[in-house]
Amino acid sequence: MLQFALFLGLLGWLLVDGARSMGYNWQWYRVPRYVVQVLDGEVFLGPLLKGLLVTLEISAYALVLTIVIGLVAAVLRLSASVAGRWLVVAYIEAIRNTPLLVQLYLVYFVLAPVLGLERFWAGVLCLAVFEGAFAAEIFRAGIQAVRLGQWESAWALGLTRAQAYRFIVLPQALRVILPPLAGLAVSLVKHSAIVSIIAIFDLTNEGRNVISDTFLTFEIWLTVAALYLCVTVTLSLGVGLLEKRLKGSAA
Amino acid sequence: MNENDKPALSRRFLAPAAGSAAAFGALVFGARSASAQGADARATLAGTSMIEEVKRRNTLRVGMSTFVPWAFRNKTGELIGYEIDVANRLAQDLGVRAEFIPTAWDGIVPALLAGRFDAIIGGMSITPARNLSANFTAAYSATGVDMAASKRLADGMTTIEAYNRPNVTLTGRRGSSGITAVQRLMPRATIRQFDDDAQSILEVVNGRAHAMVGSVPRPLFASLDNPEALFRPFAQPLVRQADAMAVRKSDPDALNFLDNWIMLRQLDGWLEERQAYWFGAREWRDQVPG
Repeated sequence: MLQFALFLGLLGWLLVDGARSMGYNWQWYRVPRYVVQVLDGEVFLGPLLKGLLVTLEISAYALVLTIVIGLVAAVLRLSASVAGRWLVVAYIEAIRNTPLLVQLYLVYFVLAPVLGLERFWAGVLCLAVFEGAFAAEIFRAGIQAVRLGQWESAWALGLTRAQAYRFIVLPQALRVILPPLAGLAVSLVKHSAIVSIIAIFDLTNEGRNVISDTFLTFEIWLTVAALYLCVTVTLSLGVGLLEKRLKGSAA
Repeated sequence: MNENDKPALSRRFLAPAAGSAAAFGALVFGARSASAQGADARATLAGTSMIEEVKRRNTLRVGMSTFVPWAFRNKTGELIGYEIDVANRLAQDLGVRAEFIPTAWDGIVPALLAGRFDAIIGGMSITPARNLSANFTAAYSATGVDMAASKRLADGMTTIEAYNRPNVTLTGRRGSSGITAVQRLMPRATIRQFDDDAQSILEVVNGRAHAMVGSVPRPLFASLDNPEALFRPFAQPLVRQADAMAVRKSDPDALNFLDNWIMLRQLDGWLEERQAYWFGAREWRDQVPG
């Protein structure tokens, strides 16, 4: 505990010393109005909080779509269809091996005009497709972790494949899937920062805009990082609680 | 005096001699006069001036961003442009080599303050907000803020009021003076900021925005390059601006040197000739990739 505190103190000292050596003028007093303002008893969200809401919105939609894509891809990969398997493998390898930024440019400048997507949904789609490739592998690992005996009992009971998935396999796979899926959700929130490139008004974009107006580089970036940290830590804690509840109820 | 007096003589003068030596030392090295302290301060300023550092290092480090035609890459990847010429000529007159450090435009002033380069020579307009953080030389280039609008979405919109509506989307480069100008003139419009001019132009060409803002003559060039998609709604620039070099604060020597250099290059017509070449008929167009 003490060592951790000392280490944090060292990092903080390095930051402050570095800023001092280049004569950086800290102006924390200017930051709060970009987060929230209270005028005449009314609360106005500053650009940073508005950006945070957009980030949460994008992440929420993308997470739902990611889970759908991941589940479909995992099931398809484990199915009997050769075409399905090859399709999923091609998708996963292509997405995991190209940079997210390049994918975003492709989706926004090439795909979106063709599909008639607007900015926001192009961002959601790009994030979902990217994280979906990772989610597919997580779901597949979870499904394969369920003992073969469970499948055999399902066949013995005369369940179809879909029913087996729905009632037997997926509920058990959930326990294996949840921890890495939590990591994926956190990764999704962090990757959502990239949509600032296509000028969606998310937290990173608003942060950059505020800095270009005020030159408060250190202060604003630290605030933006802290806001992202709030979201990701809350997410991790939430999923941790969910895991504990599932552990109690599963066989 | 007999021999017995000699040690006594030296001992007698020892204390006063030591005392006056101490007083002399204190005068010279301790309580200095105002002019001596002034000389110290001047020596420090001169020694830490950007010009001194450049001479010592034998390189002039220049911060810029790619802005056609101020500074951009030609087909072979070399940096060319108006500001590149200015920086190279400045380095030549200083007797050193110019080194260019391309930097994201919205982070270029913080990078200057952090010491990554000696000066910003990249078509930076003088604004009070920037002036609070950095010093500007005398202006050597007059430009303005102009717009290139979408023929499809902004047909017939030729007044400022027409663009000052919430459903109007304007694009521009983050950190550019054009963005600040439209934030002031068209506060109700939705402003999307991008990392460079090419993307903001592409947004308008693709019909996702009503108009892009940029410094003269970029919007003109954009409308000439995309005549079927873009037009210029305003005949005169929205706002008139002056470009100058930016340097760190509290460096009077550098400011004096650069101001005088600018004045001399204006006197002999070199700056005017370079401006006519780069902002005029675009004879350099075949050097631009794409």
